[in-house]
Amino acid sequence: MKKKVFQLLVDNTPGVLSRISGLFTRRGYNIESITAGQTADPKYTRITIVTSGEDDVLIQIRKQVEKLVDVRDVKELKPDDSVFSELALIKVRADISSRQNVISLSEIFKATIEDVSPESLIIEMTGSSQKIDAFLALLEGYEILELARTGIAGLGRGIENVTFLD
Amino acid sequence: MNGADALVKCLTEEGVDTVFGYPGVAICPFYNSILDSDIRTVLIRTEQNAAHAASGMARMTGKPGVCAVTSGPGATNVITGIATAFADSIPLVCITGQVSTNLIGCDVFQEADITGAVESFVKYSYLVKDVNDIPRIVKEAFHIANTGRKGPVLIDVPIDVQNATIRNFKYPEEVKLRTYKPTVKGNMAQIKKVLAEFSKAKKPIICAGGGVLLSEAQFEIRKFAEKYNIPVVSTMMGIGVMPTEHPMYFGMVGNNGKPYANKAMNESDLLIMVGARVADRAVNQPDLITKGKVLVHIDVDPAEIGKNVGPHIPIVGDCKSIFEDINGSEFECNDFKAWIDELNTYKKDLAVVRKPNPKYVDPAAFIDMLSKNMKDDAVYVADVGQNQIWSCSYHIVKDGRFMTSGGMGTMGYSIPAAMGVKCACPDKQVVAVCGDGAFQMSMCELATMRQHDINVKIIVLTNNYLGMVREYQHYTYKDAYSVVDLSGNPDLEKLSSAYDMKFLRLKDMKDAEKVIKEFLKKDESALLECLIDPMDTVK
Ligand SMILES: Cc1ncc(C[n+]2csc(CCOP(=O)(O)OP(=O)(O)O)c2C)c(N)n1
Repeated sequence: MKKKVFQLLVDNTPGVLSRISGLFTRRGYNIESITAGQTADPKYTRITIVTSGEDDVLIQIRKQVEKLVDVRDVKELKPDDSVFSELALIKVRADISSRQNVISLSEIFKATIEDVSPESLIIEMTGSSQKIDAFLALLEGYEILELARTGIAGLGRGIENVTFLD
Repeated sequence: MNGADALVKCLTEEGVDTVFGYPGVAICPFYNSILDSDIRTVLIRTEQNAAHAASGMARMTGKPGVCAVTSGPGATNVITGIATAFADSIPLVCITGQVSTNLIGCDVFQEADITGAVESFVKYSYLVKDVNDIPRIVKEAFHIANTGRKGPVLIDVPIDVQNATIRNFKYPEEVKLRTYKPTVKGNMAQIKKVLAEFSKAKKPIICAGGGVLLSEAQFEIRKFAEKYNIPVVSTMMGIGVMPTEHPMYFGMVGNNGKPYANKAMNESDLLIMVGARVADRAVNQPDLITKGKVLVHIDVDPAEIGKNVGPHIPIVGDCKSIFEDINGSEFECNDFKAWIDELNTYKKDLAVVRKPNPKYVDPAAFIDMLSKNMKDDAVYVADVGQNQIWSCSYHIVKDGRFMTSGGMGTMGYSIPAAMGVKCACPDKQVVAVCGDGAFQMSMCELATMRQHDINVKIIVLTNNYLGMVREYQHYTYKDAYSVVDLSGNPDLEKLSSAYDMKFLRLKDMKDAEKVIKEFLKKDESALLECLIDPMDTVK
């Protein structure tokens, strides 16, 4: 199984997201994460999908996605030529005795503390998924009460492969 | 002008002459507006059949067939017809009424989320929220349905949108779809590669699928096959690409196809799959069609290429356009005489020998005789079940067409689809052949035929079983028959008389030719029941 990141530019029509996620469900493709948001031009939405599968499946995924009427452009974002980022909010159980340790760990990872309550902290962190995974691994000794991850958003580097839409 | 008037006007602009459907309150504005147009309306007796009839029409005209039904149960009833069309890439535009915009999502009476429900069976769907969008949406719908890989498009129109006033109606001249641009022209470099392979090949063969008929490429392919002596086999959906008795035609491939057709495909050294999906029923061992040969796959849908088997030379584009380019090119090749001789030997050696029971009508001999008595350009619509397999094996296509529900295998397809064909081509002889099971799924349409003078010839092969499933239970469960016995069947003679329809019955082959001639004689609807051996099998 290989992992791939696809970036889609789609017409911002009603139901477009469900058409895309529906295609993945229906054909049994994996979605590891999916993020969507308007582009600079509100007519379009940019969607980043992280998926995995064997080579032939990944080829099919791309072709089937390209076939959807609303899809304007599909690109594979290769890790070496792309910038990926994810945001995670992590609520950790921490009282006075453990709070400082958690804060120190967060500083190492350039994560910020967004909320402090007597028994817990909320840490916000952005970066690559691997970095977030590594941070979560470090927090193993603490109880994670709640975790919210956005899944990655990505862009290709440089200007060569920017898609200009009319 | 209101939204409903606009819808009807758009259909007129598209050249639609017939709408199959079933009304309910939510589609009443549309059916009211249609009164002021020249469009013919056909009240089909259940919504599924509206889509099947539209499908039959589309397959004849090459333009999207149109059906219009009400919200809720009307819309959900049509789903099987839409899914059937989708599986065979038949272009349809289905209009559904919907509850008022402000009530959508409130679970009110006869509300169904039809765009959601058909998501996986349509090429695209619209829920119209603004009456001023109607012209653009209808234009797009017809365009999407009938370009690229064809298929059904659904337009869901809330009743308040149908009743709303539209500001200056203008039907767009062209579609402006930023995203959707299917490839038509095949890549010339790829085509050259194929021609180079032809020059080398000793045993080339073309396997034609339904896509050939959808793009009307059959004449180009015949021309090519005749010019260079290239044999052709077909999938079930490709039956009719070549006349059955054409010297270059070697039958239908697949599980239920001719053994010599499969052998021909496997023995070839250059296989051109064109407009065919390489699906499980046609090719059950994908590795066989790549082993020791060059595989070329031509299809308008890039996602079909490489889905089930990786071709050596893929070409994306419209089959007709690609074969025009091929026919327009010059190249040298062998004469393939030895190869054709080899295939003719297979044809002789691997012919299926049946042992018919003389006490009944033999479906094989009957269908053969029927075909020979049908008009050259007649249309034969086969249903699903054993009768479908026999039809595929024994019907002789001359200048006409053969149709069936191949991808979905929807029982009950033949009668409504044949009605659609007859509405499209009133001068053609149209014959629907079905089993006694499927007949009862569609027999409500006898009334529609009578009401609208749609003269379809219906043949019911009665075996008092759901034959295909009985056969499966015979082989798989050693005759432990479960839920396949059709006792309770109506007397078809009485039934026909209830609809004032001519009726004939054949009990064995003795008078077959005479009865067939009588059955086909006039352009009138008629029902011919053939009693066949309940224990007969297709294998
Ligand atoms: C709508 C639908 N339901 C069930 C089936 C499964 N099925 C396939 S063939 C068959 C039997 C058909 O019986 P009949 O119409 O009498 O034709 P026969 O096989 O006897 O020729 C059935 C039930 C189907 N294809 N379509």
